Amino acid sequence: MENNLKKVDIIFEVDDKCTPLEVLDKTLKRSADDIILDLIDSGLKGRGGAGFPTGLKWKFTRNETGDVKYVICNADEGEPGTFKDREILDRVPEKIFAGMTICGYVVGAKEGYIYLRGEYNFLLKNLMKKLEDFNNALKKRNIDFRIYFKSGSGAYVCGEESALFESMEGKRGEPRNKPPYPTVAGYNSKPTVINNVETLVYTTMICHMGPEKFKALGTSDSRGSKVFSVSGDTPIPGIYELELGMPLHEFVNEFGDGDTKAVQVGGASGHCVPRKKFNDTIIGFEGIPTGGSMMIFNSSRSMYNVLHDYLEFFTEESCGQCTPCRVGCQQLLKGIEAVKRGERPPAYLDDLKKLTGTMKIAAKCGLGQSVGNPFNSIIDNFREEIIY
Amino acid sequence: MSKYLVNLKINNMPIAVEEGTTILEAAKKLNFRIPTLCNHPDLTVAGNCRVCVVEVKGARLLAAACATPVSEGMEVFTNSEKVRVSRKHIVELLLSEHNADCTKCFKNGHCELQDLASEYRIGDHVFLDLVKPESLIQDISSPSIVKDDSKCIRCQRCVRTCAELQGVSALAVVNKGDHQKISTFLNKPMHEVVCTNCGQCINRCPTGALTERNYIEEVWNAIYDPSKFVVVQTAPATRIALGEDLGIPVGERVTGKMVASLKKLGFNKVLDTDFTADLTIMEEGTELLTRLKRALVDKDEKVVLPMMTSCSPGWIKFQEHMYSDMLDNLSTCKSPQQMFGAVAKTYYADKINIKAQDMVVVSIMPCVAKKFECERPEMRDSGYQDVDYVLTTRELAMMIKQAGIDFNKLSDEHYDSILGESSGAAVIFGASGGVMEAALRTAYEIVTGREVPFTNLNIQPVRGMEGIKDATIKIKNVKPEWSFLEGVDLHVAIAHGLANARQLMEKVRKGEAAYHFIEVMGCPGGCLGGGGQPIPTSPEIRKKRSEAIYQEDEDMPIRKSHENPEIVEIYKEFLGEPLSHKSHDLLHTHYKPRKRY
Repeated sequence: MENNLKKVDIIFEVDDKCTPLEVLDKTLKRSADDIILDLIDSGLKGRGGAGFPTGLKWKFTRNETGDVKYVICNADEGEPGTFKDREILDRVPEKIFAGMTICGYVVGAKEGYIYLRGEYNFLLKNLMKKLEDFNNALKKRNIDFRIYFKSGSGAYVCGEESALFESMEGKRGEPRNKPPYPTVAGYNSKPTVINNVETLVYTTMICHMGPEKFKALGTSDSRGSKVFSVSGDTPIPGIYELELGMPLHEFVNEFGDGDTKAVQVGGASGHCVPRKKFNDTIIGFEGIPTGGSMMIFNSSRSMYNVLHDYLEFFTEESCGQCTPCRVGCQQLLKGIEAVKRGERPPAYLDDLKKLTGTMKIAAKCGLGQSVGNPFNSIIDNFREEIIY
Repeated sequence: MSKYLVNLKINNMPIAVEEGTTILEAAKKLNFRIPTLCNHPDLTVAGNCRVCVVEVKGARLLAAACATPVSEGMEVFTNSEKVRVSRKHIVELLLSEHNADCTKCFKNGHCELQDLASEYRIGDHVFLDLVKPESLIQDISSPSIVKDDSKCIRCQRCVRTCAELQGVSALAVVNKGDHQKISTFLNKPMHEVVCTNCGQCINRCPTGALTERNYIEEVWNAIYDPSKFVVVQTAPATRIALGEDLGIPVGERVTGKMVASLKKLGFNKVLDTDFTADLTIMEEGTELLTRLKRALVDKDEKVVLPMMTSCSPGWIKFQEHMYSDMLDNLSTCKSPQQMFGAVAKTYYADKINIKAQDMVVVSIMPCVAKKFECERPEMRDSGYQDVDYVLTTRELAMMIKQAGIDFNKLSDEHYDSILGESSGAAVIFGASGGVMEAALRTAYEIVTGREVPFTNLNIQPVRGMEGIKDATIKIKNVKPEWSFLEGVDLHVAIAHGLANARQLMEKVRKGEAAYHFIEVMGCPGGCLGGGGQPIPTSPEIRKKRSEAIYQEDEDMPIRKSHENPEIVEIYKEFLGEPLSHKSHDLLHTHYKPRKRY
């Protein structure tokens, strides 16, 4: 079978002729506005999943007045099925540091923080050493920017940017009301850029290679490439950097085991795509966006169990402050159990689907808003597996 | 007025409001009511119950009206199909984790969740029952507050009250997801933690998750017991708020009706805590003057200043937990409630020829910390528990309703005598700054022989709702025996609400504030905003109650504690003089340090 799937090597590329520090030196000679223009031109959107244009985020923060601003790298990689940031942090941390420093230069921040997922603390030893070298290099160059680590404590919701700020400030990790948005009032209520690990690496690389090369990859809605975490029923699980905008069937041809029944795109909070829809599903912002998680299920898997696992996860990981999420998740979980046991009629699933409609628009943050994604896509496509 | 005006439409009606106004506030101006649960006028915005969601044209998400500021050109719909469906879902979800045994609930009929359920006609539960069996065990360890997790809807009003208004944080959010709940340090019972029993959380709990320990049945039993002689005392702040629970508008004084209703309920004597408030002034005023003399004349280094008031049991327990190094600053005077109990079961019992063991003293208080106070082991100086039962203003309203009394139609009646006479200085104990004002009216006159130099005796600088107030009174032309006070500037400060008290204490501890006398009331606004007062409460409501208190003062024939004839008499016949041996035995107490968690 013909396969056009294009593998890319930008994120992990090691170029001895141009180290991240050299990219930094080169970039800081340019004006902040030029850098922003390049980023906007490149079409880079946030790689954490929500897909906000990175250049605009930096621009908004730059436009805020005030002496104190922050750059934060969101390394709270907690979405089930995602493990790409761990690899990036381990292999090319200097590219992250450089991206943060460039961002600090552009927006006028003097401090950067890497909020590292609690479970990744084993990476710290190596990272601290490299960070120390990098900070020393900044000092030597008289660049007024320093990077620090903050460790999370293992709550999934702390990957939500405003909960992350609360956690960094030493409070309970609970999402805030919006507005104000981080670009106006983020960490310590100061203007803050918060970017995913991978996004920051791409900013470094766009500064290195120019927006044209990046733009040449992907589609008009989904420029560039992206690192995917491939797991599940695949003979070749792992990390792959692929061009965005690929049809899902090409992905399955490459990574599936020949018996793929469904792919969960975007982790537990993403969408489940059944085999019959592989052909017309695009992986990208025009189709199904993803923070990188691709979980492949073959015909041996029970989709009831899959959904049950996801709902257990959300029930536990909801911060608990808002009603639609705290109670909604529990109702969805107990609801499918009740249907399975025959204590509620199959039609009760439709009541629950309506409930996800409320959760999607009334929950306080992305966690509660997105629980309906796996719920509806699994119920709609595998209803019989849930009921019987 | 430098704020911009923002134009928007709510349900197609145009309105212009100041920048920063929330959708909820703007809708209120147009008379659209948006239901709320986690929102409260005394607290910061939480936006977590989501009951107030509204639709904003063009927005992907519904907006929480309480937490979303208006923006130019915004079009808001407060009752669209999406809004109605979501809101109903949210109420149903809240009910699914709520132990809805409404008929058994103390808050039955006064529950905001019940109101919403009835408004949205929630009949059969659509969703599954999620009440956890372990949540059904109530925490009744505290003599003041009952905590029932099965009724909790996690709105966190109590958590914000305890942290923001009181600076105590006895209650906090623990765990996440389905295990999230409101709890104490290490889930310890309420009586083992820093809770001051102020009950402000009760005043703001929308459901029955936090209520007072109620003693209504015990009091009825005492009334019906022919072998008991039941006397009742009423705190200053009850008479200006009781009406609120009985269909009378906020801010209306019901002193005479309250007395009449208590007589109808069957209490043998209806007496007044205001009498012992006057007594407190005599003792505490003298204690202050004595401390000043020891400091200024005797140069006694052991004397501790500033002296701090001790009427508020929430404040006392707060001090015992948080500033146990400053317990000697507290006046040794018992609170008026406890002075009353001690005097009632000795002096008064003798006078009316009743044995102390046959007497039951009931208090009507705006307070739930008083329930704890009356059970303190130090409060048994009559040889018996000085005060037997404390009822809140709310509990009294319930008894009046139970007895079928048409409160509105009652004619005013007078307190019984003795222990029923009081001054205007006593009634203002119910407002923040009132004890200070009452003390100054008496102390100034003792020292100078003249009335305080304020129009109509109203010492305005110590009044009002500012969190921390201070004032300086210059003492001039004193009587010869007080010559050491000639020309002294008396510095006083007043705080209400324990978060404000904490600020003031920090200043005192650091030596940044040279005060002689400090009044602290545990609750916002003083006792008029007490944890036992009618619900709801808000700055507006407390302001009206405060006006009523000061009006009551102005209308009293006697305005100064030392002019109360029954006070003069009790010293002549029984106590001798302020700070006498007998006073010390009956009217003074001591405090003990407590743990900080």
